[in-house]
Amino acid sequence: MRRVVVTGLGMVTPLASGVDATWRRLLAGENGAGRISGFEIEDLACQVACQLPRGDGSDGTYNPDEWMEPKEQRKVDEFIVYAMAAADQALADAGWKPEKYEDQIRTGVLIGSGIGGLTGIVEAGYTLRDKGPRRVSPFFIPGRLINLASGQVSIRYGLRGPNHAVVTACSTGAHAIGDAARLIGLGDAEVMVAGGAESPISRIAVAGFAACRALSTGFNDRPKMASRPYDEDRDGFVMGEGAGVVVLEELEHAKARGATIYAEVIGYGLSGDAHHITAPADDGDGAYRCMKAALERASVSPSEINYVNAHGTSTPLGDEIELAAIERVVGDAADGLTMSSTKSAIGHLLGAAGAVEAIFCLLAIRDNIAPPTLNLDNPSVATPIDLVPHKAKEKPIDVALSNSFGFGGTNASLVFRRI
Amino acid sequence: MSDSNIEERVKKIVVEHLGVEEEKVANDASFIDDLGADSLDTVELVMAFEEEFGVEIPDDAAETILTVGDAVRFLGKSTA
Repeated sequence: MRRVVVTGLGMVTPLASGVDATWRRLLAGENGAGRISGFEIEDLACQVACQLPRGDGSDGTYNPDEWMEPKEQRKVDEFIVYAMAAADQALADAGWKPEKYEDQIRTGVLIGSGIGGLTGIVEAGYTLRDKGPRRVSPFFIPGRLINLASGQVSIRYGLRGPNHAVVTACSTGAHAIGDAARLIGLGDAEVMVAGGAESPISRIAVAGFAACRALSTGFNDRPKMASRPYDEDRDGFVMGEGAGVVVLEELEHAKARGATIYAEVIGYGLSGDAHHITAPADDGDGAYRCMKAALERASVSPSEINYVNAHGTSTPLGDEIELAAIERVVGDAADGLTMSSTKSAIGHLLGAAGAVEAIFCLLAIRDNIAPPTLNLDNPSVATPIDLVPHKAKEKPIDVALSNSFGFGGTNASLVFRRI
Repeated sequence: MSDSNIEERVKKIVVEHLGVEEEKVANDASFIDDLGADSLDTVELVMAFEEEFGVEIPDDAAETILTVGDAVRFLGKSTA
């Protein structure tokens, strides 16, 4: 397969709008969690989330009007606006705005979402019930469909190549980047705009995930301590929102136009647990095979992995199963391994998580620094792996692996290497 | 209901839904050609008129409402 590199990054996260501002705050140990604002929470089991810092766009705040006209925002769910923001940033960072038809047909989009426009679906349901079918907006469907994130990006930038989307719950962002890299590798495109977006923070999603017993409920009065991967007091994940988008490019194409290359996508692995709709399998076999496949594709040995961005959602079951699977993958190399869960700072962005965390891996390679795992006061199990508690850690990082696992027993791993 | 009242309410809806400046919403302005609407926007506009004026606008009638003035005239008749 042809070689694929990353040449542009964009993100909107609970820490900031923008890659640099998010990364700076992540390394400084800032925490995006708070009590949920925007809707009634008193009757919800979980009352904390990592919401975007909304503002006028200055100082890393997120101003949707910068990314989509207000009259267009009204027609779509927020995950689409987040995707537009991240895609715009990524394309600007890559310096790739194809004007020529020949370039446009070789540039595609593959942005996914875990659950898409849940908020708008609920509202349309009320409209249907209370006012009847003649009041359901013509923008209801095209404003909620998950592939309309890709559709809107394609339309705005004239990207006429593959127009695709992924829906694999919390591994969506990683699958999107992996699949998009494959499309370039196989020659279906030269450039792909790939990632994930999610706007889940709503009464219905909190109620639903809480019913699955997936959310943290014991830290409603201490929101910044709620997301605590690997810590013995962890009790569930903290919902986040946002988007991460990368520009992927065939290596020679990137070189020919003098693009700045962050790293190469050298490995991508996929697997299924075939176990349970929400719970990970105890033996971690799916996670193990997924990482193993990615490393085999990458042709790197476990001792060459310098940094792992873990799935690490802060759920009682999942964290330790993933940790054990990684220990099994790396064997004796566990001693020198550095791994953190950035969900401790930004929460779990569900379908956007894999893309945002892939970007953190790329920045870790660029800057030779591993972001911290916040709130890791007392690890629930002993491990020779350095989980980077509390403070970022400087170390040479040439190869990084990012894990993402989702409901339905779906797993994806990505491996990046400095070039 | 006076025609000027209807006109005012129609124009307010058009401004809100299409995000255009008020002075552009002239009586002879075409939703699609002059005010940047697409076919889905016009469907939504008709719904908003129905909601605002408490009337039902059948599809064949909706197809004849192409300008601000068309809407004012139709709603003037149907709410008379």
